[in-house]
Amino acid sequence: MKAKDTLLYLDGVSVSFDGFRAINNLSLVLQAGEMRAVIGPNGAGKTTMMDIITGKTRPDTGDVYFKGEIDLTRHDEAEIALLGIGRKFQKPTVFESHTVEDNLMLALAGPRSAFSALFHRQSADEAERIDDILHTIRLHTKRDWLAANLSHGQKQWLEIGMLLAQDPKLLLVDEPVAGMTDAETAETAKLLREIAKTRSVLVVEHDMHFVRELDVKVTCLHEGSVLAEGSLDYVSNDQRVIEVYLGR
Amino acid sequence: MITQWFFTHVDRRGAIVIALLVALACLVPLSNLLLPPTSALHVPTYLVSLIGKYLTYALLAVALDLVWGFCGILSLGHGAFFALGGYAMGMYLMRQIGPRGVYADPVLPDFMVFLNWKELPWFWHGFNHFWFAALMVVLVPGILAFGFGWLAFRSRVTGVYLSIITQALTYALLLAFFRNDMGFGGNNGLTDFKDILGFNIQADSTRSMLFAATALFLALAVFVTSFIVRSKLGKVLVGVRDAESRMRFLGYRVDRYKLFVWTVSAMMAGIAGALYVPQVGIINPSEFEPANSIEAVIWVAVGGRGTIIGPILGAVLVNFGKTYFTAAFPEIWLFALGALFILVTLFLPKGILGLYGTWETKRKDRIARKRSEPGSPATERATPIAEPQAAE
Ligand SMILES: Nc1ncnc2c1ncn2[C@@H]1O[C@H](COP(=O)(O)OP(=O)(O)OP(=O)(O)O)[C@@H](O)[C@H]1O
Ligand SMILES: [Mg+2]
Repeated sequence: MKAKDTLLYLDGVSVSFDGFRAINNLSLVLQAGEMRAVIGPNGAGKTTMMDIITGKTRPDTGDVYFKGEIDLTRHDEAEIALLGIGRKFQKPTVFESHTVEDNLMLALAGPRSAFSALFHRQSADEAERIDDILHTIRLHTKRDWLAANLSHGQKQWLEIGMLLAQDPKLLLVDEPVAGMTDAETAETAKLLREIAKTRSVLVVEHDMHFVRELDVKVTCLHEGSVLAEGSLDYVSNDQRVIEVYLGR
Repeated sequence: MITQWFFTHVDRRGAIVIALLVALACLVPLSNLLLPPTSALHVPTYLVSLIGKYLTYALLAVALDLVWGFCGILSLGHGAFFALGGYAMGMYLMRQIGPRGVYADPVLPDFMVFLNWKELPWFWHGFNHFWFAALMVVLVPGILAFGFGWLAFRSRVTGVYLSIITQALTYALLLAFFRNDMGFGGNNGLTDFKDILGFNIQADSTRSMLFAATALFLALAVFVTSFIVRSKLGKVLVGVRDAESRMRFLGYRVDRYKLFVWTVSAMMAGIAGALYVPQVGIINPSEFEPANSIEAVIWVAVGGRGTIIGPILGAVLVNFGKTYFTAAFPEIWLFALGALFILVTLFLPKGILGLYGTWETKRKDRIARKRSEPGSPATERATPIAEPQAAE
């Protein structure tokens, strides 16, 4: 397959840590507008794959292309974020000593230079964007709260809200429903499906109910490479997937 | 117009402290110069200089707090920037001595004559002008900090490693300035100053004016720091302190933000040093002593980091204690300082001002609870600046 006409293109990617192959000849393609769920046992390399896409980890070998032509291995985290790839961490990471509103303000797409930040004044347009997102992530009544005081699930949502504020073309979402109640999980699935109407999304998750609700193509990783790919039913009936992951 | 602009960039506490400092800058000189020594309100000259010295320490503490409290960069070498600013001022004061030195050389300072030097080294040129020296007071620490920070932040040196290399920086400068052939007076440093801007440096009026200048510069530093930390840039800095990689994945070039505050902070420390030297009358290499930089960290920790005002309080209180202890029980001062640091770290992680903050939060909490149902959001968001967390 060619990188052209794809949004995200990984081919033959490998990376080792002290001789241990965390990612092993991994290939994965995401089309523009597509949402994909990635599953796989602990240590399969799901988070490491996101590290590679976002410039945190450099692959030893292999190609990583964004929008068919941008070689992501040549850019650092900040550049990749500005190219339009947003990321939610596995452990929810928000700015605890800032208010919910300030968290979104910092994430909002716009100039990123120190000089512009020193003299930045919030415009009406920005205030409106923040309002919209606060409603989307259902935190509008808590806009003045310090993020530290949010519940675990609310932090997850705030982080998704920050992703939205960045206005990326591709969202990488690592275990968004960990620690959420069933009701919150269902809400999150709805939210992600909503987001996926206008952007591409790559979701890593262990929660099979959640993956089923997403109702998208599934990729199962194991030992750093793709074990199976297809609809959830297809993948979850694969003998090897049952063996290494679902059956345990 | 201007008042409105002022109040959008400073909170109430900052405004009060700025007003207090401006009042001090006016009242202390008036009292010292106009009231008779018998008056109860007369501030004797030795006290003017002593408090003036404390305020230069406070300025250093504010500078340190800007990088440590708000951006999580623990510098154990800020004394180096302070001392460099001090040396720049000292060089100006040396050249003002002119032919009044012991060897009466019209150009060369005494120590150069003593070393048998025939002409002024190139880097001493220009220091006969006050404006040039004043420029160097901020430029030399600023450029050093910029170069150092450019290398360190770009290669992502953080945490303990960064602290250690800042300590190494000040130690290296200590060794360099000890050498006679460096041309900064070696071991003895620069001293025997006669006058500044044409005024006798020993005169009561000059000492009062130096005090006033220090108080005003400290007020300015409080304003500049407030301006920075209340801007979006300040919020980015706190974000870097709490979750540096999150900030990067949002597209911010963390290294440039760090470089900016680091350089601003070094310049502030340089100004503090420049105000310190004429008030104490000497600058020598011991100002580069690593222990000095560590003491400054203690002032900030005691006062409350990340609070702007706390470090001023910490610097003044700890140095008051130091003056008292070193006179009364010289041998236990270091132990007292160590004990203080341990106690504060264990029991007052947010410093004295943090204690006040906690108390205020509790009070507001009680009021809010009386007014609304228990557990309303108002009870949970009273602290404006949460405690700094360890960087990842
Ligand atoms: N920076 C690193 N240094 C050394 N080893 C690493 C590093 N990052 C990841 N690994 C290793 O690579 C393997 C893959 O880790 P990764 O975090 O990608 O797994 P994962 O699929 O996200 O698992 P989980 O479901 O538990 O989140 C693990 O064995 C991990 O210990
Ligand atoms: Mg993971």
